[in-house]
Amino acid sequence: MKVNAFLKKINWMTLLIPVISVVLGLVCGAVIMFAIGYNPLLAYQSIIESIFLQPYYGGETIRAMIPLVLAGLAVAFAFRTGLFNIGVEGQLMVGWFASVACAIIFGHLPKFILLPMSVVAGGAAGALWGFIPGLLKARFKVHEVISTIMMNYIALYTTAYLIKNFLYTEGERTPTIPQAASLSSAFLANLTQGSRLHWGFVVAIIAVTAMWFMLWKTTKGYELRAVGFSPDASEYAGMNVGGNIILSLTISGIFAGLAGAMEGLGTYQYMTINSAFTGIGFNGIAVALLGLNTPVGVTLAGALFAGLQTGGMTMQSNAGVPVELIQIIIALIIFFVGSGYVIKWAADRLKRKGHKS
Amino acid sequence: MSYAIEMRHIRKEFPGIVANDNITLQVEEGEIHALFGENGAGKSTLMNVLFGLYQPDQGEIYVHGKKAVINDPNEATRLGIGMVHQHFMLIDKFTVAENIILGREPRKHGILDLAKAVKLVKELSEKYGLDVDPNKKVEDITVGMQQRVEILKTLYRGSDIIIFDEPTAVLTPIEIQELIVIMKRLVKEGKSIILITHKLKEIFEACDRCTVIRRGRNIDTVAISETNPSDLASMMVGRKVNVQINDAPYEPKERILEIDHLNVLDSRKVNVIKDLNLTVHGGEILGIAGVDGNGQTELIEAIAGLRKVRDGSIKIGGRDVTNQKTRKIIEAGLGYIPEDRQKHGLVLDFSVGENMVLQTYYKKPYAQAGILKNKVITKKAKQLIEEFDVRTPNEKTLARSLSGGNQQKVIVAREVDRSPQLLIAAQPTRGLDIGAIEFIHGKLLEEKKKGKAVLLVSFELDEILHLSDRIAVIYEGHIIDIVNPKETDENELGLLMAGRRKGGA
Repeated sequence: MKVNAFLKKINWMTLLIPVISVVLGLVCGAVIMFAIGYNPLLAYQSIIESIFLQPYYGGETIRAMIPLVLAGLAVAFAFRTGLFNIGVEGQLMVGWFASVACAIIFGHLPKFILLPMSVVAGGAAGALWGFIPGLLKARFKVHEVISTIMMNYIALYTTAYLIKNFLYTEGERTPTIPQAASLSSAFLANLTQGSRLHWGFVVAIIAVTAMWFMLWKTTKGYELRAVGFSPDASEYAGMNVGGNIILSLTISGIFAGLAGAMEGLGTYQYMTINSAFTGIGFNGIAVALLGLNTPVGVTLAGALFAGLQTGGMTMQSNAGVPVELIQIIIALIIFFVGSGYVIKWAADRLKRKGHKS
Repeated sequence: MSYAIEMRHIRKEFPGIVANDNITLQVEEGEIHALFGENGAGKSTLMNVLFGLYQPDQGEIYVHGKKAVINDPNEATRLGIGMVHQHFMLIDKFTVAENIILGREPRKHGILDLAKAVKLVKELSEKYGLDVDPNKKVEDITVGMQQRVEILKTLYRGSDIIIFDEPTAVLTPIEIQELIVIMKRLVKEGKSIILITHKLKEIFEACDRCTVIRRGRNIDTVAISETNPSDLASMMVGRKVNVQINDAPYEPKERILEIDHLNVLDSRKVNVIKDLNLTVHGGEILGIAGVDGNGQTELIEAIAGLRKVRDGSIKIGGRDVTNQKTRKIIEAGLGYIPEDRQKHGLVLDFSVGENMVLQTYYKKPYAQAGILKNKVITKKAKQLIEEFDVRTPNEKTLARSLSGGNQQKVIVAREVDRSPQLLIAAQPTRGLDIGAIEFIHGKLLEEKKKGKAVLLVSFELDEILHLSDRIAVIYEGHIIDIVNPKETDENELGLLMAGRRKGGA
């Protein structure tokens, strides 16, 4: 009974576009492989086999999912409230740095204090990096796309400066964080034959649930969505539009900052001096887009991208296909999602044809 | 005899609703044929079927007696069917001539021949008496003239059957008269016209015959010369129409709204409200009459806390609310039906249910400790939908997909249900059909009977005269006079609205 009611609720047409996009992306990728003389079936087979049958790659996929999903949530949350947060990349970097710095500076504290504190530090730094563009937009009408892009550069070079001058160690990076702040786990590593899978997936699951709960179950979420859809009507209804813009970008920044903390405390256990962006924040935009800005959709899209990236590595050894092709396939999927309108149009056309015959 | 357009037994279904159910429309050659029905009756759907935007599920279309399958608007254009949309499809930055030829540009050696375009447009506008300047930019001409450009667009494409989709909704009274003259001229030149409308006055001034549809079904087709307004109106609504009259005795109670020496600046920093004094009592409807742009909008926005008050004070129920936050003022007892219902009154991408609690979502019983109680909200929404006869598949439907009348009913339901001491209704019935107008007028009168204060702002003098207990005339930002509706008429009000005081010169 319940399942049926749930299935009825889903709007199949909206689901169609992401699914078709993924299929088209994979098909086009296969055509390209075929054209340059590789065997696409073998390539895809090796991706699927490695992710689902080899524990190491399965673990690495989930590991790669964690920051992607969090970054996707950050973009999706802002989207839901009518804002385009391109600053996830920068928020992620300051989150990464803050969590690692906190872990090193307060390294003497016991684990049950230090670990949560370092995670919170990452989220807080991201929040600050989201708060500033929010404030600029609410007070001075500075468009968030511009200011968040600028904040990305500030984050990139500020973290590099801080590492170089205050937390520098050999290898152009910070020292490794103490065990007391680490999310990594021997248990998970053993389970997955030595992958870098860490406890951060718990944080990601909490974040997915939190976003859903916040937006659809709380009065603040109601307000944020109302302001996102119609700032005018919200103002007339007595809501504080500016305050909600600031809040929205701040919360978005928390998600992004947590994504960075997961990399710092889980995957790498340190932060390098970055000369370029990590790309996770930008991939977050794609994940949110493919996931239709819903928490569950973001999780699925994050899984797909993580799986392609991780499984793609085996493609090279098993089918000889260069790993870069995976980036092309991901780009193609995004392209098709972006052309959702065309897919809808084609679907309508097909339906009409069906009617006539 | 063959018809210019004959649509036989058209059926069009959308998920959850039958928009057209076995509708037959027969338009004779050279007539102005009205398609008359309430908002949401299925008029637009039927015309979109004719114009090739929708495919009918059942039924046939004949154009000049020949069976036609119209798959898209290009096909409709080829068959000589043209549509003048309610919302103009014009490019503001292009000139009149450029807009008209767009998509069918005259060329010389493959290059756009603008001189020829201008000439063609001039010829057309002279032939049909459509006065436009082909070289003016669309953004610089009046709305009435933009509509003429739309008409010329259809003529340029060789249409001999022209559909007008509620063409008078955006026009001033004078422009409406001009449009009727133009339509008659077009018919004289051999065109046939379908006029989609819900206004009786236009039908009796312009049309030859009229097809009435109600809730997606054909009711009747009648010759205008053989019917009368009240018959047509009841045909459209499906029951006898009762005009709501303010017949409850006028017994003003305590002062609810007190405005004292109010001064307000507009967005260009011009003082648009000048030293305005106004009091509205409980148990009365105070109508504000005035020509658009004399400070009505700014006055309401100042009361609602949406615009800064420079000087003076506003009290609601004895509480000073001058320059308070909007939420504070709402909590002090303000209900507000805004003029622009889609922009200010509703979050269009929220469901009907979510819109019902737009100001109360954070309060008990709709929320507790910051958590929404969706069950309570749904129950309330269902109750209001029932009570206010909002025609919607259910409370989960997006507000965007409702007709204008039903959108307004959602707003009225929400505002009235909160039982505010002061209810501001700005143009509450603009663009609505008779049934919805009657309903909303009834609700305003009910509020009066309950002892609430109602401030009604409207550009429709009929509405003001009908409903008000007192009429305040606003002119250049202050109240020039307050008159008793029983002792005045449209002429006197017209003079006051133009700034001439009673008795004085």
